[in-house]
Amino acid sequence: MESILVLTHCDESGTALSKGSLEAVTAAKELAARLGATWTIGIVGSNPELAAQALSSAGAPIRVVSGEAFAQPRFASDSAACEAICRAAQPTIVLAPHSSRFARIMAAVAHRIDGSIDTHIAAIGGAEGVEAGRWFYRQRMEAVLTRASRPWFLLLDAGTHVAYSGETGTVATEQVAVELPALRTTVSGTRSPQQGGAGTIRPDAKLLFVAGAGWTKKQPDGQTHVEKAGELILQFLSTSGASLGSSKSLVDQGGEGNAVLPFLTHLNQVGQTGSTPRHPKGLATCCHGEEPHVVGWRFIGERRAISLDPNCGWARGKADVVYIADAFQVVARLNALLAERS
Amino acid sequence: MPHPFHIVVCAGIVPDPLQTLEPVNSPNGPGIKNEMLLPAVLDPWAASALYEAAHLAASNPGSKVWLVSLGPKAKLQQLMMTVAQKASFELVAIDGPIGGFTDAGATAAALAEAIDAIAGLDKTRLLLFGGWESATRGAGVTLQIVGERLGIADQFQGVDRIEVREDGSFEVLERIEGGKHQVSICAGAPAVLGWATGNLPEPRNNPQVGMANMRTIMPALQKAKAVALDPKGLRYISVSLPSQQRATRVVKDLTPDEIADELVAWIGAE
Repeated sequence: MESILVLTHCDESGTALSKGSLEAVTAAKELAARLGATWTIGIVGSNPELAAQALSSAGAPIRVVSGEAFAQPRFASDSAACEAICRAAQPTIVLAPHSSRFARIMAAVAHRIDGSIDTHIAAIGGAEGVEAGRWFYRQRMEAVLTRASRPWFLLLDAGTHVAYSGETGTVATEQVAVELPALRTTVSGTRSPQQGGAGTIRPDAKLLFVAGAGWTKKQPDGQTHVEKAGELILQFLSTSGASLGSSKSLVDQGGEGNAVLPFLTHLNQVGQTGSTPRHPKGLATCCHGEEPHVVGWRFIGERRAISLDPNCGWARGKADVVYIADAFQVVARLNALLAERS
Repeated sequence: MPHPFHIVVCAGIVPDPLQTLEPVNSPNGPGIKNEMLLPAVLDPWAASALYEAAHLAASNPGSKVWLVSLGPKAKLQQLMMTVAQKASFELVAIDGPIGGFTDAGATAAALAEAIDAIAGLDKTRLLLFGGWESATRGAGVTLQIVGERLGIADQFQGVDRIEVREDGSFEVLERIEGGKHQVSICAGAPAVLGWATGNLPEPRNNPQVGMANMRTIMPALQKAKAVALDPKGLRYISVSLPSQQRATRVVKDLTPDEIADELVAWIGAE
């Protein structure tokens, strides 16, 4: 019989579980019910006893690792904590959120207890056993796989399960002792690459606006209008509340010393070497028909594009609507209309 | 004060992102149709790691860069013709299968063994570089396990910048949720750094660097050790292409004003 451990961590407050952790709890509860397996919960953080109160009705024993050393994400301390919980729980299946905190350590933890690991799991199924669905080749192929070896670690992508929600109350927790190695790394905090919301992709936005390299190319008057392009894009982001994404070619222009949109960074990149955002809507402007760009848009819900090329290979079959028009003119008008409404 | 590092970059071979990929089944499990014939590139995030390694080595005299790559010998040789012109390094080649459907743990074992056998590598000065994820499996697992196997206690993933300080410690920026960077200070080497895009553009081809690298690349390819990768109980039930094909409406006859009206309604709609 399988024995399931769901490993979770506190959020920045240190007293509540992260959303991804709550989603993993749901996945573990569902899997345990389907397999008739036992399940336990592990929590890492500065004050996991408080965070555990949200799981009082989950119906699983809770093991915690707590203390200031575990307040911030760090490889040496987090991996030691998760290893200790795993050794205490002796699971055959370990579920955990694919957060930056756990993605940094979980392969190492699996290796330490002679386990196997698969990450970016998008679905868990299987009639009798456990089967995991994930993407390969940057979201260009989907596969279902299983493993005979145990323990088997599965890191779940965000948004694949509903976040666990239950009654809050006091709950008994078991403290797990951790022997920390010498800590050579100190975490001094976080830093935003740029203020103003344009320097990165914001997953909470309803709309992703993707700027392509066409914004910096010569326009019908034979000149480039990069400054104007920047103004139009920033105004659109401000009035629409959209998040900004970009193609690699446009971001790379900055590193090569060409005229660029100064607010773009590599964190705006979507596609092969960027992110694969999951916004409900996406509007692409001046983008070329590149396969990497399709990869970046795999999980965007409704997709529209503004392009001067009616035969754009990217747009056909991938976007819902393609407007054959000059993005400078359309976005200028869009900005005016959105400004009137606000 | 310069701090000479021994930088080992783990980088795989992936199909050129512009190629159409089609999965096929074989007795050894799933693979890519005509994989050996497809043009290949150095894994993009690992390539960022190589460029950052070369930059770091250049800023810290006495440093050395090794490129450790696992793939079929012929494919490695083909790829090195271009990669060798980008940055100075010594190649450590491992003759083995490519593709995203192998087990990351098995790949890591082969890489760690090869790194362990590098003559003259000072592990107290070791910075283990690579991509934070590959463009094939995209798991972010291999480099971590290589680090574990080599006994490295400090690891960073999604790295965009490393800044070495006077005392040999370094500040690392790692990508985390919300488009932010986590800022950490590590006491110094050894450490594992899985790179995201970094901040450096792709270097221009430099034939002189290419010629210098080639002196060590051909012997490295000749003595590349052949490895077989243990699947560790991994079994694929299905591999398929996503069947998402949208019925695209191409709008050619609207004015910019009319398009803007339509888009405003669309953006505002729930």
